[in-house]
Amino acid sequence: MSNINQVKSEYQKIVDKHSPKNKVFVNSIKAFFIGGIICSLGQILIDSYMFWGLSFPEASTWATDSLIFISAVMTAFNVYDNVGRFGGAGALVPITGFANSMVSAGMEYKKEGYIYGLGAKIFTIAGPVIVFGTISSVIIGIIYYFI
Amino acid sequence: MDLFMQYVKCFTVGGLICVIGQILLDRTKLTNGKVMVLFLVSGAVLQAIGVYGPIVEFAGAGATVPISGFGYTLAKGAMEAVTSDGLLGALSGGLTATASGITVAVVFGYLAALVANPKSKS
Repeated sequence: MSNINQVKSEYQKIVDKHSPKNKVFVNSIKAFFIGGIICSLGQILIDSYMFWGLSFPEASTWATDSLIFISAVMTAFNVYDNVGRFGGAGALVPITGFANSMVSAGMEYKKEGYIYGLGAKIFTIAGPVIVFGTISSVIIGIIYYFI
Repeated sequence: MDLFMQYVKCFTVGGLICVIGQILLDRTKLTNGKVMVLFLVSGAVLQAIGVYGPIVEFAGAGATVPISGFGYTLAKGAMEAVTSDGLLGALSGGLTATASGITVAVVFGYLAALVANPKSKS
């Protein structure tokens, strides 16, 4: 019995030796670059729209909408999944990750129908985001009204 | 040179916000959806206490493109609407400010998922 335990612990040592170290560090570097690239793309869009005469808030809204559109198209062509696999949170945290979550869930559940499948499942992740975003904005608005 | 610095700031701040998300994913049990909700609410609260606005001024898209920027827009919309319309603004301001983003996501998200198919897992 002790022999088996010994073998197990030796096996665990071998596993530890060969499993990748500093996974968090490497993942963070990737997330930093993918996130930075997506934000810079947003900045290029903002600067372009401002060059065409929009104010910063207008240009920023247009840039966000453009990124959502680009991400939906890239997800439809199965491109964004590869960005996500490489970039992790770098592809998830930008607004493009929000659009990606809608389209990928929608594609997956389309076979359950166009209303309760596609129409409902695009909100699997986007739903909670909109719910908690709306609730926070109302609470903040009410507090702001009274102070 | 100013333009170059603007992109350095944008890239760095945007990248760092994503790194926080990556550390949360790797070190905690938070799932993708929960990280997104957390960032969104954090962005809204940081805007409410007056912190996120200066970050947007500093980093531009580096702060508005991450989902925390969406929370910032929600909170900013609610606060501006309260200033102009009173208490009703608290109910209308947030979604008004983000309406086009949500609409684009719903309309083009639905259409994209309608025409495309997931890559077969062969």
